[in-house]
Amino acid sequence: MGDSLLYFIEVTIGGLLAGVMYSLVALGFVLIFKASGIFNFAQGVMALFAALTLVGLMEKLGVPAWVAIVMTIGVMILLAWLIERLVLQHLVNQDPIILFMATIGLAYVLEGVGDLMWGSDVKALNVGLPDGAVDWMFDLGIYVTKLELVAAATAAALVAVLAVFFQRTRIGRALRAVADDHQAALSVGISLRTIWVIVWSVSGIVALVAGIMWGSSSGVQFSLSLIALKALPVLILGGFTSIPGAIIGGLIIGVGEKWAEIYLGDYIGHAIENWFAYVLALAFLLIRPQGLFGEKIIERV
Amino acid sequence: MMFRKITLAIAVAAIAVPMAAATAPAAELTIPSLAYRTGPYAPNGIPFANGYADYWNLLNERDGGIEGSKIKVVECETAYNTKQGVECYENTKGEGAGALVYQPLSTGITYQLIPKASSDQIPVFSMGYGRTSAANGKVFDWIFNFPATYWDGATTIVQYIAEQEGGMDKLKGKKLALVYHNSAYGKEPIRTLEVMAEKFGYNLLLLPVDHPGQEQKATWLQVRKERPDWVMMWGWGVMNQVAVKEAASIRYPMDRFIGIWWSGSENDVLPAGDAANGYLSAAVHAPGADFGVHKDIMKFLYDKDKGAGERDRVGEVLYNRGLVAAMWTSEAIRTAMKIHGTNEPTAAQVRDGFENLKVDEARLAELGLKGFTYGIEISCENHSGPGKAAIQQWDAKAKQWRIISKYYDRLPEITGPLIEEDSAAYAKENNITPRSCN
Repeated sequence: MGDSLLYFIEVTIGGLLAGVMYSLVALGFVLIFKASGIFNFAQGVMALFAALTLVGLMEKLGVPAWVAIVMTIGVMILLAWLIERLVLQHLVNQDPIILFMATIGLAYVLEGVGDLMWGSDVKALNVGLPDGAVDWMFDLGIYVTKLELVAAATAAALVAVLAVFFQRTRIGRALRAVADDHQAALSVGISLRTIWVIVWSVSGIVALVAGIMWGSSSGVQFSLSLIALKALPVLILGGFTSIPGAIIGGLIIGVGEKWAEIYLGDYIGHAIENWFAYVLALAFLLIRPQGLFGEKIIERV
Repeated sequence: MMFRKITLAIAVAAIAVPMAAATAPAAELTIPSLAYRTGPYAPNGIPFANGYADYWNLLNERDGGIEGSKIKVVECETAYNTKQGVECYENTKGEGAGALVYQPLSTGITYQLIPKASSDQIPVFSMGYGRTSAANGKVFDWIFNFPATYWDGATTIVQYIAEQEGGMDKLKGKKLALVYHNSAYGKEPIRTLEVMAEKFGYNLLLLPVDHPGQEQKATWLQVRKERPDWVMMWGWGVMNQVAVKEAASIRYPMDRFIGIWWSGSENDVLPAGDAANGYLSAAVHAPGADFGVHKDIMKFLYDKDKGAGERDRVGEVLYNRGLVAAMWTSEAIRTAMKIHGTNEPTAAQVRDGFENLKVDEARLAELGLKGFTYGIEISCENHSGPGKAAIQQWDAKAKQWRIISKYYDRLPEITGPLIEEDSAAYAKENNITPRSCN
């Protein structure tokens, strides 16, 4: 196989796997948007908060990783309950923009609380995930990290679980009903408050998964909250309401930006990954304004 | 009831006013500290701010300040954000009798403060960062960037590489990559590296990484493809940690990967664990807490619960960086006091102190810093000092940085003309007539 072809394969696989990492973050956004129509600005900070809590528990209490993960899930559920109690409950039936602004405030609060509780040092996160390149592929001349493969498998499992949850369970159906129309859902006896707690909890757990993956690769630190920026073009491309959209969108953005950086970089300048992702997403919007898998909303006036 | 309250207030005021007058405070020196304890770059901002604060507090606690004048450190949070940094400057410059000197701790903030502080006549000490050509004191009267600039850093790193390869002539045909933060800071060394590439015949590969640098896959795939003989890095924050991890993952030899002095702290290597073993970085001072000054910091501050940070983090690379910044600044203030015969120097007089600053090996020893860094001498023309840097290496097992080379001198034949060229351009752009230093 020619060197350049091998390199192309390597770049493509690298891009796909990087895309999965973006999808993990995008999934959390989709869940909340799908079930409550809120664009949760705090999603990136939730990933940071979850990872910080996990590392903090492991360091301070000295508990094994799996115990700390279970405890962190508990913390994320408690957080979801608190968010519903202190923020969302008071904003039922408000415009989406009001709820969006509330999540901006939430992001700052969570960042501050995380900082107060666990400090702002860079913390190494080691929950036993494998690290480094996959040996046999490396020998073949293709660089893929083990962590990325784990992330890909985790994302696949997560999507399967979420699909079953949304399609097959009572709560899942209730979630979809709330997403379509708050008031109609209330009128048939669905408790909006319970649903919100559930969806924010699930989204918190997804944030924990994203936090573990990103935290394992860069250490847990405050810049982790900025990974939300990587999820935005994925959401624009995949649609805000589609779980498969978040995955496919992530893959397209991941591969697109890596191809651009490596093959276009020499002509139009390097370090173009960040803005190229947005350009790619916007180009898709021209063709499909609702995103790849988004729902086409027709509002009749 | 109301009447009683007013009477009480008057009585308290009547007692308090003469008391305040009787204990009129001794001269107080206002030193703003533009720190960042929050935001994505906080892990680096905190140890620096702690080292900076601890040294000033040590002078207050141990010596009663500088020549009898107490120091008041006014900390202002910038979050490493240029706009917030400029606000901090505006809010603190009139504090007390007026701010004496600024340490912006960000190249972006420094660029904004250069014209502002120059017109307000307050010195800016951008220690080892900021605008490199500020080294030319004839154009940049108020800006100091000793002990070394990024261009000095580039020349010293290339000298270390040449030494490992067997001499400057062995650089010919070698491939050197620069992985850099795609910002004003990261781009600083490019010109110098290009000039040296022409002179010494190595090939330069430029690999920018966008802020914040959490995802660098494309960069390291290119490193894998191009297989450079050496990789240099101008990174900051999470970019450093991810780069060290990625380099380890593609099995790039760590002892051929050299960061600038802002890419060589404990934070940068600890997340990568054992894989970071052998990673190199430039250094302008020693790591560790084995110096006399650290013992005093323990005795006068941490033993009395007056330390700015955590006890076991005293002596980290960035802590020591903050400490050495405060040390040089305090010596400049002391020099200003001697020149002008006052213990209440103005900002303009402190600038004179900087321009006549001399901290030689003997003085370092007196300060409890023997062997901590090298001697410096600043003058009207030369605001960047001697421009030396050594190379330090990370020992992952001991979790310690160790200096492994001598302090290399910069290559003035490379940096000199570049500084002249860049500062002349700045002078022309801003209608500055370079002053005479004779």
